[in-house]
Amino acid sequence: MSQVIYSKEVIKHFKSPHNQGVIKNPTVVGESGNPLCGDMMKLYLKIDKKKVGGKEVDYIKDIKFETLGCAAAIATSSMITDLVKGQPLEVAAKVTKANIAESLGGLPPIKLHCSVLAVEALHDAIKKLKK
Amino acid sequence: MKRIYLDHSATTPVDPKVLRAMKPYFTADFGNASSLHSFGQKARAGVEKAREQVAKFLECESKEVIFTSGATESNNLALFGLVRRARALDLKRKVHVITSAIEHPAVLEVCRELKKEEVEVTYLPVSRAGLVRLEDVKKAIRPETILISIMYVNNEVGTIQPIQEISQIIKEVNAGRGKEDKIYFHTDAVQAANFCDCRVDWLGVDMLSLSAHKIYGPKGTGVLFIKSGTPLLPIIFGGHQERGIRSGTENVAGIVGMGRAVEMLTDKNEIKKINANIKKLRDKLVGEILKKIPSAILNGDLKQRVPGNANFCFKNVEGESILLMLDMEGIAVSTGSACSSGSLEPSHVLTAMGVSPEVTHGSVRVTFGKDNSREDVERLLKVLPGIVARLRKMSPIKK
Repeated sequence: MSQVIYSKEVIKHFKSPHNQGVIKNPTVVGESGNPLCGDMMKLYLKIDKKKVGGKEVDYIKDIKFETLGCAAAIATSSMITDLVKGQPLEVAAKVTKANIAESLGGLPPIKLHCSVLAVEALHDAIKKLKK
Repeated sequence: MKRIYLDHSATTPVDPKVLRAMKPYFTADFGNASSLHSFGQKARAGVEKAREQVAKFLECESKEVIFTSGATESNNLALFGLVRRARALDLKRKVHVITSAIEHPAVLEVCRELKKEEVEVTYLPVSRAGLVRLEDVKKAIRPETILISIMYVNNEVGTIQPIQEISQIIKEVNAGRGKEDKIYFHTDAVQAANFCDCRVDWLGVDMLSLSAHKIYGPKGTGVLFIKSGTPLLPIIFGGHQERGIRSGTENVAGIVGMGRAVEMLTDKNEIKKINANIKKLRDKLVGEILKKIPSAILNGDLKQRVPGNANFCFKNVEGESILLMLDMEGIAVSTGSACSSGSLEPSHVLTAMGVSPEVTHGSVRVTFGKDNSREDVERLLKVLPGIVARLRKMSPIKK
């Protein structure tokens, strides 16, 4: 067994996750993970347009998540919704797993892969939007 | 908030009586048990009394009891010690060891190391109920088999393995073999000591491992019973303590604690009472959980099982999340989920039993001890269904 000690921030998000649930008529749904591996995530996105610097861009008006997984998976899900909500898609696409882990006050090394789950779900959504 | 401990297979609190027995050996009677002066003699007396207490419990001779740093060391000594001795005269001797797929890592990892020394290892499969099958044992025995190591009670699902029956099989094979080709039988009895008959002759084992901290004794002390005549080389070398089989200054206080803890297990009436209570609590939990939580599964045979263990799987929930949410309610349990294993592999025990990986991730083990009460079970029953429901609601998989 390796030591898994979570930061206060991880526990906070695990206890009361932000933006947990579904959006009824989402613009797109991003998915990642695999139940065989023990974690699975769905990100529901509502995309709208807004003006940024005189230019009209697509932005994430609303975002919600559903996650099956450990505390790190749930906390990273919660954190990515915080990080990208209200952001132009182009900006959101640049969020990395390191950004998420950092915002959570770090993740135990063995749990770093959980932050990949969240980024992959978002990238999956963006990929589907571009199609 | 009262904290509730339901993880007794991980470790147990030290019993106040055990602690009382140990205390003098930290300060007043601190001597080195190998010293000839009165300080040493006091320490030696403590160690030898403990040896007798263990011998009484196992119904063996006290010289057959070797103190170690814990059951991990005991298992290492049993397996490495026997294999290396068998090869001492002939380094190229073909050696085969049989164990089960559901052993504790303290046996499985040793077998993996033995493989590097060109030892062939057979890992016996288990039934869906978590039990080793006798016909599999028979089939696995080869002319070069020298050691069979099967745990007495599984640490995850609490199933009691047919040690006596396996011993009978080995006896029959050994009747047709010379002394040099004899098969020796080791059992890791760490999870059995609180509940099962551990008399070594009755079991028919040549070696048996015990741990103090699973029986209300201190961490860092264990025992390996080695039946007289079992050929074994030491794996730790130094000052020739423990008849040269296990060097290192004796952990006197720990050994005294182990002796006292084992002595308490020999009080048959008291143990019967404790275990009847534990069984009542466990059975109540199992009955209610299977009723209250949709698609809850009980893992492992319910009859061939120690009374202290319950092991559930909850589909579409992850075990670590359950564990942490229970912890926030002050309740301590454990899980076989991959996320909490460090290796990111789900429980090898449940996997060997044929439980599918997506189900294994939602496994929760509840293990009772002598201090648990009805209120503890009721508290758990009050919060667990809600936690599982909440996590299922969070999950993208809907049923």
